[in-house]
Amino acid sequence: MPQTADRPLSPHLQVYRPMYTMVLSILHRVSGLCLSATGLVFVAWLASAALGPDAYACVAGFLSGMPMRIALALALAAFWYHLFAGLRHLAWDAGYGFEKKTARRSGAVVVLLAAAAFAATLLLSPAGRFLAGLP
Amino acid sequence: MTHASRHWRNQRATSIALLPLGLWFLISLLGKPSLDHGSVADWFAQPLQALLAALFGAALLWHSMQGVQVVLEDYVGGWLRRFSIAVARLLHAAAGLALAAALARLVFDGAA
Repeated sequence: MPQTADRPLSPHLQVYRPMYTMVLSILHRVSGLCLSATGLVFVAWLASAALGPDAYACVAGFLSGMPMRIALALALAAFWYHLFAGLRHLAWDAGYGFEKKTARRSGAVVVLLAAAAFAATLLLSPAGRFLAGLP
Repeated sequence: MTHASRHWRNQRATSIALLPLGLWFLISLLGKPSLDHGSVADWFAQPLQALLAALFGAALLWHSMQGVQVVLEDYVGGWLRRFSIAVARLLHAAAGLALAAALARLVFDGAA
């Protein structure tokens, strides 16, 4: 798009000191997009269940293959990260947690909670263990 | 209220709705001992479960569209911006229709 000469550009990212909170911020978007795609998988899965056993077997077979198992495990991680990071965003929207120190600490708490919930659901639930290739 | 602030508020509303609904769906799904066709069809043949799935699907697709739109507005420029948002809207609407039809069939076939 043509940019008029006197219009200010937003500052380039390189002028900021790199911080892990920046990575967390973009991860919220990445995990959200990943979950949007997973939502379409959910609809396709449910539609195949409504169509009957043959259609369901076809979709379930596709989802049980190694590439999709890895993708679904990533989606599980994205779910937990997006949930906890979303709570952090809601707290900000309500006006809490803006102090630099608090914001950094809440970012670390989000990562720890998401990692714990991801590990627990992957290792302890029947479907999670299937994704992980565990008996 | 302006269009933009309505969008902002609605995005918060769908995110709050997705907290219980998303947790319900994920915990239910992961906890199923079997995910063969019979178990899944029986699951959503129960009217309350189908209703929860419908609410979850509606909140999920709406929230997804809100998020995707913001990302496209930020990173896509020119005519492609409007076009890509229209495609995303179409995709989400189609998914919503498919979900509604699937749930209706699972409930009424299950009851029959």
